[in-house]
Amino acid sequence: MDRILLLEDGSLFKGKGFGSLIDTIGEVVFTTGVTGYQEIITDQSYNGQMIVFNYPSIGNTGINRNDYESIEPTCKAVIVKEFARVPSNWHNQMNLDEFLKNKKIPGITGVDTRKLMHLLQNKGVMRGTIVDAHDDFKHAFDQLKATVLPIQQVEQVSTSRAYVSPGNERTIIVIDFGLKHSLLKELNKRNCQVTVLPYDTTAESILNLEPDGVLLTNGPGNPNDLPTVLTMIKAIQSKVPLFATGLGHQLMALANGCTVVKMKVGHRGLNHPVKDLATGTFYLTAQNHGFLVDSDSIDQTVLAVTHIELNDGSIEGIKHRYLPSFSVQFNPDAAPGPHDATHLFDQFMASVDDWKEKKGV
Amino acid sequence: MTKRLDLKKIVIIGSGPTIIGQSAEFDYAGTQACLSLKEEGYEVILINSNPASIMTDKGMADRVYIEPLTVEFISKILRKERPDALIPTLGGRTSLNATMELADSGLLDELGIELLGVTLEAIKTTEYPDLFKELMKELKEPTLESRVVQTIEEAVLFSEQVSFPLIVMSMSNKVGSVKVNCTNLTELENALTKSLIRSPINKCLVERQVSGYKEVEYEVIRDQKNQAMVICQLEHFDPVGIHTGDSIVFSPTQTLTDKQHQLLRDASLTIIRALSIKGSCTIRFALEPFSSNYVILGVNLCVNRSTALASKATGYPIARTAAKLAVGFSMDEIKNSETGEFIFEFEPAMDYIVSKIPRWPFDTFEKGDRKLGLQMKSTGEAMAFGRTVEESLLKAVRSLEIGVSHLYLADLSAASDEEVLQKVSLAQDNRLFYLVEIIRREYPIVTLAEKTAIDLFFLDKLAHIVEIEKKLINHLFDQETLLYAKSFGFSDAFISLLWQTTESIVRDFRYTNKIIPVYKQLGPYSLERKTKSAGFYSTYEEENESMPTAKKSILVLGSGPARIGQGMEFDHALFHAIKAIQKADYEAISLNNNPETVSTDFLLSDKLYFEPLTLEDIMNVIYLENPVGVIFQFGGQTAAALAKSLKLLGVSILGNVFLDSLNSNNPITFEEALTHSGIPIAISSSVATKKEALFSAKQIGYPILIQPVVRLNENKIDLIDNQLELEKFMKRSLTHSTFFITQYLNGIEVEVSSISDGEAILIPGIVEYIERSGIHSGDSMAVYPTQSLKPEIKQLIIQYTKQLANHLGCIGLMTSQFVVFEDQVYLNSVHFHASRTAPFLSKITNIPITEVATNSILGQSLKNQGYQDELVPESSKVHVKTPVFSFAQLQKVDALLGPIMKSTGEVMGSDRTLEKALYKAFEASSLHLADYGTVLLTLTDKDKEECYAIAERFHQIGYQIIATSGTEKFLKNKNIPVQSIAKLDERKEENILDIIARGKVQLVINTIGRTKKGAKDGELIRKSTIEHGIPLLTSLDTAAAILSVLEARTFMTQPL
Repeated sequence: MDRILLLEDGSLFKGKGFGSLIDTIGEVVFTTGVTGYQEIITDQSYNGQMIVFNYPSIGNTGINRNDYESIEPTCKAVIVKEFARVPSNWHNQMNLDEFLKNKKIPGITGVDTRKLMHLLQNKGVMRGTIVDAHDDFKHAFDQLKATVLPIQQVEQVSTSRAYVSPGNERTIIVIDFGLKHSLLKELNKRNCQVTVLPYDTTAESILNLEPDGVLLTNGPGNPNDLPTVLTMIKAIQSKVPLFATGLGHQLMALANGCTVVKMKVGHRGLNHPVKDLATGTFYLTAQNHGFLVDSDSIDQTVLAVTHIELNDGSIEGIKHRYLPSFSVQFNPDAAPGPHDATHLFDQFMASVDDWKEKKGV
Repeated sequence: MTKRLDLKKIVIIGSGPTIIGQSAEFDYAGTQACLSLKEEGYEVILINSNPASIMTDKGMADRVYIEPLTVEFISKILRKERPDALIPTLGGRTSLNATMELADSGLLDELGIELLGVTLEAIKTTEYPDLFKELMKELKEPTLESRVVQTIEEAVLFSEQVSFPLIVMSMSNKVGSVKVNCTNLTELENALTKSLIRSPINKCLVERQVSGYKEVEYEVIRDQKNQAMVICQLEHFDPVGIHTGDSIVFSPTQTLTDKQHQLLRDASLTIIRALSIKGSCTIRFALEPFSSNYVILGVNLCVNRSTALASKATGYPIARTAAKLAVGFSMDEIKNSETGEFIFEFEPAMDYIVSKIPRWPFDTFEKGDRKLGLQMKSTGEAMAFGRTVEESLLKAVRSLEIGVSHLYLADLSAASDEEVLQKVSLAQDNRLFYLVEIIRREYPIVTLAEKTAIDLFFLDKLAHIVEIEKKLINHLFDQETLLYAKSFGFSDAFISLLWQTTESIVRDFRYTNKIIPVYKQLGPYSLERKTKSAGFYSTYEEENESMPTAKKSILVLGSGPARIGQGMEFDHALFHAIKAIQKADYEAISLNNNPETVSTDFLLSDKLYFEPLTLEDIMNVIYLENPVGVIFQFGGQTAAALAKSLKLLGVSILGNVFLDSLNSNNPITFEEALTHSGIPIAISSSVATKKEALFSAKQIGYPILIQPVVRLNENKIDLIDNQLELEKFMKRSLTHSTFFITQYLNGIEVEVSSISDGEAILIPGIVEYIERSGIHSGDSMAVYPTQSLKPEIKQLIIQYTKQLANHLGCIGLMTSQFVVFEDQVYLNSVHFHASRTAPFLSKITNIPITEVATNSILGQSLKNQGYQDELVPESSKVHVKTPVFSFAQLQKVDALLGPIMKSTGEVMGSDRTLEKALYKAFEASSLHLADYGTVLLTLTDKDKEECYAIAERFHQIGYQIIATSGTEKFLKNKNIPVQSIAKLDERKEENILDIIARGKVQLVINTIGRTKKGAKDGELIRKSTIEHGIPLLTSLDTAAAILSVLEARTFMTQPL
């Protein structure tokens, strides 16, 4: 079926529909990762977004039971040059087309994605809509212009009730802003007793559970839309070690007086070099963010920069100068992406142990 | 810490001559490394014996030694130069072996020379299988089960514990041992018998072979801060079991999930860190098809074929970077003025698909064994880019220059289903075509995947290609279908076949309907950073990224994949032509598809189109760029053929106007073109029947050369001595309709390189061939200056050359070959493309031949360039260029030399006397001769007379002579002591093959031709000689040359 992708600047891309054939509106963003489309599509940080894949052949290995980052993906569309109709991998269960149909996510294939990305790079991310090619473009365009994208994205993807993932060493609370499964895997690998709580849990409820540490997860949208979370962070950070990734990192920065701003195109890919300022060495990280901590805003705060991205020098990691709190903008849990930064979970464990020991004294 | 300041002078050892498995990729790496180190202010000393390489050109290193890569010569240079350090990983196995020998000899310690990039220990760990397995065990990285054995019994025992197939390799202290695949007990026993003999320590490694596993390669890089990353991943189309160099490869990996990729990435980083490499390495994996389990197959420390491929596929300059890391930089400290904004600390993310298909020499070697396995057989490769697998693959297929425009061989439609199915299961060079054929016959791809262990993903891509074929057949001249087919890489030529029309009609239809390709920029960042890369590839999408500039441009056609007769010398020429065009203030646009070359570096041309060399793909670029003209002279035979078609389409061709009409491979037009030129050529005639042939041959007089008239096919030429042979030949060649018979002039062959600007003619040099005409000049030893030509003959040659250039209106490069026969000079052939002699002469005479030729083509007179109308005064030193062969790699290919070229590369030796230069050339080509020993003579009858002088000379320097009965009797009659040996069919205790196998001879001279009596024996003797690594000569002229060297080294012992 012929479908089109319309952007808010009036650009139009022709393609064929696959997956669900419903109409859709969202923010169009691109990712450069060659592998890991299943993880990316199921990553809740892409909530409300239409994902353009830079790599032209997507779906080659199909969908398998091991690579979900969430069970019900909430991205708005998948935009590709080509999807593999016959995927091949030993634990492949279905092709991308079927998967997107099941999950009611529209896809569009046959798009000159490189041209699309050039456009986004020049003009910044923008809203877009996918409709049938024979529909009234003018109407679709007016609708797109009139649409205000939702801001309650975290609410949509966060768990509504608490649950436990058992382990028998440290007790860690995970505040779910759009939790990736791989974060839990990293904690489970380190034998943590994990309790996952909704994003709007109060500081009091958290502290009542007497955690050894708190992890603030990744998630979608603008952190400035979550003022109540900032109150929570301010209240707990002096009482328990914190580690935060992605949106959690931005929230931690906001809670400590930084400003967080929207980026023109964002960082989305698996090959972002990040320099660890403490060691002076770099490693490759998986990233997915459209907002960042404003470097000009950090000097007057209690925060210090720990990591920077080498392409544009942007802030990728911070720590509290006096408290056992630190955070990174990228995804140290990878999935997809390189495992170069998984040691940050060990660092978190060490910070938890250290704090426990001090508290014991 | 940045670069090391304690180092001043660094030595690089090159890879020597091109042989199968060691080709231009080392020149690419070496050139990058030299420039990279010089840029940092280091003094770079380069040692390499290969004159066709760019790295040995002036200005690449501070000092270049073109000397044999033996410990003897390298030691001499090291003692003289006293360098601080040596980089051993830029010259393949040649330099690794040399480095290990130098270390063992104690010289590196004595002179305090440090190894850079890798440690000696790392070399040993990666090259000795037992040490390698030990390290992997320590790192908990899985490898294949294996056992070191000393007897057949041990191996049999091991085979009972694991299952066949098994691989046997002999162990030694040298790298690169021969691997033999065994599928049953008998094969295992045979392989072990041979391999144990080959091993100096009498040990073999027997290893389990994994069949049906997926093969994947990771190109990894690490610096002294222990920062490491993966630059590129390659996935093989063929399952494990075929040599990397012979595999069809895609990049990035297509059928790995992110988790699988990260698993292999983690393993790669662990290994490169454990080996403490400061630079790059390639790690090969085998993946189990039905799980995420893997095994490490091996690690290659050298920048190799995969590195070159990875560099070109991603745009990451691996060798350039590795050289900087070796001298102490870390990745985040490298700043490169040339590359501008390039940052080095990132893993490339591609947004295109790369395909590489090897180019095999089976068009030259029809008798060669086409089966693929552990021994690499291809001479080169073609690479293509696309936005889909289909597009990328089909572009690579038509880049191969094997006369196909699609995954379609017309012959196959006649083959039976059984035959096609059988060929599909066999890994051989043309399997891809059989696979598509069987899919065309609606064979289910799922069954095919089970049968071949080729991933279903790839087979579905082939099935999709077949679907598009059917769609095209059902939709003649349908725009939408055409656009669809084009976007999946279909060529106009093949579409025209399906539409039963001509290519030009399809092209016109396409242009009328605006179905034209766009060009996308190649580069490692996908789109996240702007790149200065000049590389582009075509695709059928919306946005074009290649913007023509206002500057006048010139399009240079490349030479495509390396093959026999078209090797590194073309890269050398292209490189210098591009530079010359830029110097002349034009924009240099090149079009090529060979990833191993220096000339396809993304930073060399102003624009590089990585495209197939076909009329369609070239016209598309011309349509966009509208260049002032096209230069084809440096692109070899294919480019020459295309030039004519381009001209017909109104494209301005620069340089020679004659194009391929004067290709001397097409003898009829050659003769026509020379009418009234006043230049004598051999008598010839064209014949159609056996009767005519016999008549003409008789008139011309035997011996004759005969060849079927097939355009651009030099490979079918034969030397015929008498009527009987001619009758046999005609019987064999019934399929051809026209033949060309030429008088065979058994004289001295001479080659003249000349450059003409339309008026003046500069002759940089004349070389003389040691082997008489009848042996392809590419297989002959060339000497400069000429040694045996009388001055008046030389004058005549110069005069003819000038006459020829004037007669043909030649502008630019002209290579003409003459035969001097009975004090007469005959023109043998003339070419206008890059030659093997040009880089050799450039190096000797200091005349940048390609640059001068290019300038002439661009309209600059020789005078303005500072050159005279003359033969350049000859040097006082003697220089010898010697061919190098790859017979050990190409089983079943006969080593007997003749009119068909067989060599893959060459070396050069220079010294004050001919004998010394010859000695160096022989040493450099691994033809090492003992001062005394035994020579085995097996000669064809007509050579016996001539053989006397040679036998006598061997006798005089103390060599023992062994010969078969005929030769023995003949020599005995002449009073030369000779020992007889039984022929193959004589039932004796010891025959010829036995004494070869038992190492009782040090040199074999064998001239028994393939149409002669005893032909089979002759071939067996040559084969056995090569297998046992004994020097083999098939020309008495070469034997005479070797004798002069041996004589020069020996003191005369003669009674008074």
